[in-house]
Amino acid sequence: MNDIVIEVQDFTKTYDDFIAVDRISFDVKSGEIFGLLGPNGAGKTSTLECLEGLREPNGGMVKVAGLIPTREFHKLKNLIGVQLQSASLPESITPEEAIKLFSFYHNVEPRLDLLDRLGLAEKRNSQFFELSTGQQRRMALALAVMHNPRVLFLDEPTAGLDVGTRSELHSMMQEFQKAGTTIILATHDMAEAEQLSDRVAILLKGKIAKIGTPLEITAAGAGLTKISIRTQESNLLTSEVTFPAVTYSTTLDEYKIYFSKDIGPTVSAIISHIETQNDALIDLRVERPSLEDRFLEITSTGEML
Amino acid sequence: MKAFIHHFKFEFLAGIRNKQLLLLNYLFPLGFYLMLGFIMVEINPPFRENVIPAMVIFGILSATLLGIPDPLVNARENGIFRSYKINGIPAVSILIIPALTTILHLIVVTVIITSTATWLFNAPLPSHWLNYILVFFAAAIACTGLSVLIGVVSPTSRMTILWSQLVFTPSMLLGGLMVPYSMLPEAAKKIAQLLPSTQAMNAFSGLAMGRAADFSPWSSVTVLFVSGVLAFGLAIYLFSWDTRNSSRRGHPLLGLLALLPNIIQIVLLK
Repeated sequence: MNDIVIEVQDFTKTYDDFIAVDRISFDVKSGEIFGLLGPNGAGKTSTLECLEGLREPNGGMVKVAGLIPTREFHKLKNLIGVQLQSASLPESITPEEAIKLFSFYHNVEPRLDLLDRLGLAEKRNSQFFELSTGQQRRMALALAVMHNPRVLFLDEPTAGLDVGTRSELHSMMQEFQKAGTTIILATHDMAEAEQLSDRVAILLKGKIAKIGTPLEITAAGAGLTKISIRTQESNLLTSEVTFPAVTYSTTLDEYKIYFSKDIGPTVSAIISHIETQNDALIDLRVERPSLEDRFLEITSTGEML
Repeated sequence: MKAFIHHFKFEFLAGIRNKQLLLLNYLFPLGFYLMLGFIMVEINPPFRENVIPAMVIFGILSATLLGIPDPLVNARENGIFRSYKINGIPAVSILIIPALTTILHLIVVTVIITSTATWLFNAPLPSHWLNYILVFFAAAIACTGLSVLIGVVSPTSRMTILWSQLVFTPSMLLGGLMVPYSMLPEAAKKIAQLLPSTQAMNAFSGLAMGRAADFSPWSSVTVLFVSGVLAFGLAIYLFSWDTRNSSRRGHPLLGLLALLPNIIQIVLLK
């Protein structure tokens, strides 16, 4: 579990004058699920593509399983599995043909059982263009894992998937992890990253803003507790009144949401206020900040390491 | 090798399943062969002499120049090459396999044309069958090489159509398929010699059909083979996995080197 599988040192990727990734460094250990998070244009896909050998870094060092991806791709290709964000296949290829074709190039036996596992058994002889977006993504996933790679790169793996397939994918990822596979997960889905990742890196404008376990990252924030309140008359939704220890507030549907540094005085004051307004409390939820809350905090403030 | 054979099998079946390729590989050349055969032989009986070589060359031009570059560019733009790369499919396979499967489709079309032209249009059969096969393969290699090269250097689908038409249309007009090479003005003859169709028509006439060639037919066979191999080499060198075709090893104009054998022939035969 402790040997380093991915090494990234001062890695830079530019496109003409645009710096997509700016001298970032991180390591990923064997068997880890490592989440790469960030808003669009943060540099996630550029980082993944350089790790996968699809693009040449412009500076620094990138190694996967001890190999330099662009120079030693012939050795790397059987060690990595990649589900590209924008991957595509020839429109007339069938799932069964695709599994067989790529198996021959990976020199492994075709894993047609993956079609059953990923709910593609009935579509095994349909042409690729006849598959739905979700089915195409599942197909790409089957191709990424069919040769039991040592490192698996997943770029937005659950985008466009239904709840059942998503859950199936999550359990597959955990199975792969148990078998020792290292997984690099680039996603916009914070709940998914928080649930599955051992560590995450939050990229912002090409730099690493935060890196650590989801717990470390959420704990390192302003520590604001989220208090969501719904009342009978919804007076709070339009109220401008301020409460002790509240840093900021917002609304979501019928709920008023307060972010507080000290929940005791805040909740007491809110309840007193509701009583004085002759309103009635319907729902009150107190939650610790999630990775998503922390992510929004980091991206909105531009907070860096 | 097992992977290459499986890939070849898939590409061949895809050529039949894909409606656009089916049209360009079979329906267009065979439909044109029937239409032109009936009309041209009626209004211009000497055309009968040229039905087999002209229609075989038309089939080659249609399947290669119209059928190969666009799917290559679409595959690159849609990220299919990237999927291929991460699954270990080499660039050589991506370029050679569509060319080989196209040649296989062309063999079927050529057999149909050759076996029916005498019966349908009273067209003369080749007098030297081995040379006929040799010239067919030389023309097929030259045109598939050129088509693969166009697919590799074209930045977009629109440009692909432009480049393909830039070779296809003159090939039809100046290549000796409709108008004999000997009737062209001198300047047009030089331009025509740059086209694979002119070289193929000349080689078919002089080596396979038992007629007089307009210029050295063996030099045409050599030019076809060498330019085809050169075009494949340049295509492999200039190939890019990138969806935007922005990371190739050389300038796309290097592709013009594929015309070098034709230019040398023009200079030497002056």
